[in-house]
Amino acid sequence: MSEVEPMQVSAGELARAAQNAVQAEAQPTAHARVAARDVNVYYGENHALKHVDIDIYNNEVVSFIGPSGCGKSTFLRCLNRMNDVIEGCRVTGEIMLDNQDIYSRDLDVVQLRARVGMVFQKPNPFPKSIYDNIAYGPRLHGIAAGKSELDDIVEVSLSKAGLWEEVKDRLKEPGTGLSGGQQQRLCIARAIAVNPEVILMDEPCSALDPIATAKIEELIDELRQNFTIVIVTHSMQQAARVSQRTAFFHLGTLVEWGETEQIFTKPRDERTQGYITGRFG
Amino acid sequence: MASISMPESHDWLSESARQRVQRRHAADKRMRLYGLAAIGLAIGLLGVLLVSLILSGYTAFVQTKVPLQVTVSPEQVKPDNLERGNYRKLVRDAFLDLMPVEMSRSEQRDYLSMLSSGAPFLLRDRVLADPSLVGQTVEIMAPLADPMDQFHKGIIPRDVPEEQRRVNDVQIGYYDQLVAEGLVSTPFNWALFFSPDSRFPELAGLAGALVGSFYALLVCFLISFPVGIAAAIYLEEFARKNRWSDLIEVNINNLAAVPSVVFGLLGLAVFLGFFGLPRSAPLVGGMVLSLMTLPTIIIATRAALKAVPPSIREAAFGIGASRHQVVTHHVLPLALPGILTGTIIGLAQALGETAPLLLIGMNAFITSAPGGLTDPATALPTQIFIWADSPERGFVARTSAAILVLIGFLIIMNAIAIFLRQKLERKW
Repeated sequence: MSEVEPMQVSAGELARAAQNAVQAEAQPTAHARVAARDVNVYYGENHALKHVDIDIYNNEVVSFIGPSGCGKSTFLRCLNRMNDVIEGCRVTGEIMLDNQDIYSRDLDVVQLRARVGMVFQKPNPFPKSIYDNIAYGPRLHGIAAGKSELDDIVEVSLSKAGLWEEVKDRLKEPGTGLSGGQQQRLCIARAIAVNPEVILMDEPCSALDPIATAKIEELIDELRQNFTIVIVTHSMQQAARVSQRTAFFHLGTLVEWGETEQIFTKPRDERTQGYITGRFG
Repeated sequence: MASISMPESHDWLSESARQRVQRRHAADKRMRLYGLAAIGLAIGLLGVLLVSLILSGYTAFVQTKVPLQVTVSPEQVKPDNLERGNYRKLVRDAFLDLMPVEMSRSEQRDYLSMLSSGAPFLLRDRVLADPSLVGQTVEIMAPLADPMDQFHKGIIPRDVPEEQRRVNDVQIGYYDQLVAEGLVSTPFNWALFFSPDSRFPELAGLAGALVGSFYALLVCFLISFPVGIAAAIYLEEFARKNRWSDLIEVNINNLAAVPSVVFGLLGLAVFLGFFGLPRSAPLVGGMVLSLMTLPTIIIATRAALKAVPPSIREAAFGIGASRHQVVTHHVLPLALPGILTGTIIGLAQALGETAPLLLIGMNAFITSAPGGLTDPATALPTQIFIWADSPERGFVARTSAAILVLIGFLIIMNAIAIFLRQKLERKW
């Protein structure tokens, strides 16, 4: 970019962020649902994430922003221990979910992943029917007591994901036949079908067109009523639109985090300032 | 730095540029021609092979026969001892009835040797299967002996001196008479598929070899399919990548390249020598073949597992599926077409494998189809080996016919593999 833009986030979006902040403050009882203390991640010799401390509050949307390779996705994947799957990955420090250390030996990682759902960058529905995509999680964890209860879970999950009206007549059709945006909402419905406490979203809109993106953003806002949401995004506008709090990562460190409005208007760190004004990233 | 500069301009229409384009086009064309020539050569060689097999083998698919009206007299065949009846005499008498002329002793010997020596056994099998035939007249289609069969098919020529052919002039005289009466016919040779091996080419069939190959492949499949898939799943989904897994991988790839005769020696030393399993048994054959099929199945399964997109695994992990649930619910069903294709191709290789079976004795002369896994048996390729070694003229055509049958099975198996791949494989 030849010229430095003064601010990439528009005034309207800032107003929205301010409103979000008010909502955040209006919940004085909000306790830290997830608390991370001194989290370090190593990929082999590479120290990918350094000394991260952050609290994630109930019924809030937290967005992680930062340039590529800054560790925001890595940290996100620590929260449901998806990094366990990656070979050579080592995590130190402490991550508490409801005052329970998720890296402790007593905790079953499979249950953790049901409690902390995840939506991925690329929509990845199973190559099964729409119904089976949603029903898979509840079946796995024995959440539904019978066929009718399972039907209800499928309907409620799809409704919450704003997809019910579009797919209710073709639940037996393959989930892979939907459009990209619909697939991503199907994946969100699949995640909420097991009634998680926290939903992690790893750049959920990066493979979608603007209209589908807008729908997902609306959806995230609605889901906030029932879930705690952490979203990694490359779009600062998106962070400003959907989140109450924002955390800025740079080169493997959490530079600063706080209310979204504060991060975008009065960043305390000059690296944050540099990033949100488009000087790098 | 100032001394370096880009050329001012490049003339795309100059003579040298035009020549360069021409040379490039010519090179492209040459490349395509080389490819076409190679494919043409391969297909041509395959065609030569098939045509020569068909030309030398087609006569084995029909068999020269004469109908015999045999009266099963109770004097020759005692109803209480059917096995030991004098079927030879019955058949001889019936054959002599076809030619009601005076014969000297040597003429009669020549005439009788025109009929297959196996004809009495056909009658015996008929009577054993239906004892009520005793005392009645039955018609059997009796095959002519191999020299007459070859003569009828034109493989033994008529217009050479008598001492140079295995059919003498007396026999030709009787043969012409039989033909004139319309008694000689060449129906389709079902015995090729439904009879076991025999010393007499006109009676020899592939039944024993087909059943033996089937049993051996069954054992091979039952061992190598589950073991191969389990090993591949462990290596691909569970094992940590370290020096040990590298070592295992290298060894599996090496195993796939080990000459098959070595596996045969191993089977001979271990399965027969150490464990004392029976010789010539399809059980041992299948076990040896499974050693060869295992690496093929492991490699194919690992490739199929690798081809399942990681996003599916992530999706399943992300919703709280354990490792084994991810594998059994998602990865394995998606990889199944590739696994099945690899398995069938591995089995097709095993079907054609000869050397290891020779070493464990599956090239024995066995005149009945095996009734179980431990009965002595031959297999298709070893049967071909045995027949190719036999001196009788009739086995030449039968060898080619057996090769055609083997190739037919291989084509069917590969076609199934292709069909499965087309039918089941997902497009991502």
